[in-house]
Amino acid sequence: MGETPHRSADAGTGGTRVTQSHEWPAGASARVAEAPVSPRSPGGAGMGGGGALPRSRKFGAERAFRGLTLAAGTAVLVIIAAIAIFLVAKAVPALRANTENFWSYEGWSPNETQPKFGIGTLAFGTVLSSALALLMAVPVALGIALYLSHYAPRRLGTALGFLVDLLAAVPSVVFGLWGRDIFINPVRDFSVWLNEYFGWLPIFGGDGPFGKSIMLGALVLAIMVLPIITSLSREVFLQTPTANEEAALALGATRWEMLRTAVLPYGRPGIIAAVMLGLGRALGETIALALTLGITFGISFNLIQNGGNTIAANIANAFGEANETGRGALIASGLVLFTITLIVNITARAIIYRRREFTESAA
Amino acid sequence: MAKRVEASNVTAYYGGFKAIENINLTVEPKTVTALIGPSGCGKSTFLRSINRMHEVLPGARVEGSLTIDDQDIYDRDVDVTAVRRMIGMVFQRPNPFPTMSIFENVVAGLKLNGVRRKSILDEAAEKALRSANLWDEVKDRLGKPGAGLSGGQQQRLCIARTIAVEPQVVLMDEPCSALDPISTLAIEDLMFQLKDKFTIIIVTHNMQQAARVSDRTAFFSIEKTGDPGRLIEYDNTQKIFSNPSVKKTEDYITGRFG
Repeated sequence: MGETPHRSADAGTGGTRVTQSHEWPAGASARVAEAPVSPRSPGGAGMGGGGALPRSRKFGAERAFRGLTLAAGTAVLVIIAAIAIFLVAKAVPALRANTENFWSYEGWSPNETQPKFGIGTLAFGTVLSSALALLMAVPVALGIALYLSHYAPRRLGTALGFLVDLLAAVPSVVFGLWGRDIFINPVRDFSVWLNEYFGWLPIFGGDGPFGKSIMLGALVLAIMVLPIITSLSREVFLQTPTANEEAALALGATRWEMLRTAVLPYGRPGIIAAVMLGLGRALGETIALALTLGITFGISFNLIQNGGNTIAANIANAFGEANETGRGALIASGLVLFTITLIVNITARAIIYRRREFTESAA
Repeated sequence: MAKRVEASNVTAYYGGFKAIENINLTVEPKTVTALIGPSGCGKSTFLRSINRMHEVLPGARVEGSLTIDDQDIYDRDVDVTAVRRMIGMVFQRPNPFPTMSIFENVVAGLKLNGVRRKSILDEAAEKALRSANLWDEVKDRLGKPGAGLSGGQQQRLCIARTIAVEPQVVLMDEPCSALDPISTLAIEDLMFQLKDKFTIIIVTHNMQQAARVSDRTAFFSIEKTGDPGRLIEYDNTQKIFSNPSVKKTEDYITGRFG
């Protein structure tokens, strides 16, 4: 609590003349000093009662709180620095021992006497599966969010919103097992169908086997990121000022046109943030992909054949039997994943920043 | 470009609450009509039922008939968006689209109508901004955000946005209540000019404003809180403010209540 309100409140009761002379500010000490001392301001001095203004306190809750927040802020930097130092220290020896090019070698055998490993295929798989997952999840998520915020009756919207949030609470290993054992069947059938009729497209080509593919992994990922994107963008859509929605309607907009003119542009930074959070989860998702992907090392755009791998899934699969160099190699791959995530986040910031002139005045 | 508005037995509800009851009123083309009355008397509700904005709120509905040049706007077959295009509305607080530039704001209604040609949009934007007395102030910064203008400019921007689609009737819901006196004066001047082309209906709490800008004045009132608002008196503005025929109007005008 600040001290100022106390002081002026006391000055008000401290002397009747203060309340009579309005041209004097309540805290003006010279004037207050002349006033008779009220029983409520002990000794007349100190809390705005009279005499000189009280000195600012050297120690107090204000200082302590400031120190605490400073410590908390610094802790973040220290932790990040500690992690970075640890990762780099572990990764560098393994990278030195690598007998192949770390960026382009297609394979991962760091545990042999001649360690060979490359990040290229893993990074490719990570980006491909995440991008595909977002491609499928974002339109659906925005559709659900718009329905919940602007079409559904209020009660239904709240109930459904709660259900969507529940979906986010399902552990990823459950998604992984479900994907591997159950969801794989319809996906395999669909893949066979795609291969038969659209096999002339390289992404749906190949001779099989189908099923444990990038397609399956991306679909499971899409379901996993759906609730995050949905509930965040729903919040954003609900915050659209009614005045703007009415302005659009009064211009003769239909419901959908109103959403396009007022709601979507207003929510754009929020949508971008939601998508980026979803992408962050997709990029870092480990166990669901370790269970659903075919785990191969190779760069291929084929979406339906068994195969695919990601950095995080590879770490989960390979960590158990890794030796010293193997662990170093995995940590190096983790660093690459961190960099990818960082680039994604910076891009998102840049997109939001570019339109800030418009979005800030919106706030 | 301007049409007659005729309300007969208009009753409006918010869910179970009856906000206005049996309003009968005819507004002639190319006039300014002021709706005055104490808070909660239903003038805004009535205004919002003229362009079917009342029904946007959940549970809100309107009974009775409202016609624009003998065409019932509450007819089953009437497209509500067409009604709102024909009857524009300016709101209490300036509400330009925050993510749009000044130019985009003005042409937003045209774009909704499917106008895409840059030359047509440019021309329409300039025309609307000139009509709203805003062109000279913004012509060099049409690409800047509309929300960056001052309150009075924003309100004129909203008026420009409304008249850009060339409606028949312009409704104004206390358009100056969030503005300073100078901006208010600018908007009042603007109303005089707009009256050549549009039928204007304005809700205002400011009786001097009603006396200054309107040709006819409608006085709404309620018996007590919870009762529906009714139209007490509707006559030429001069008559209402100099020699009202109902005692209640006189009391309100002279400041004895409300």
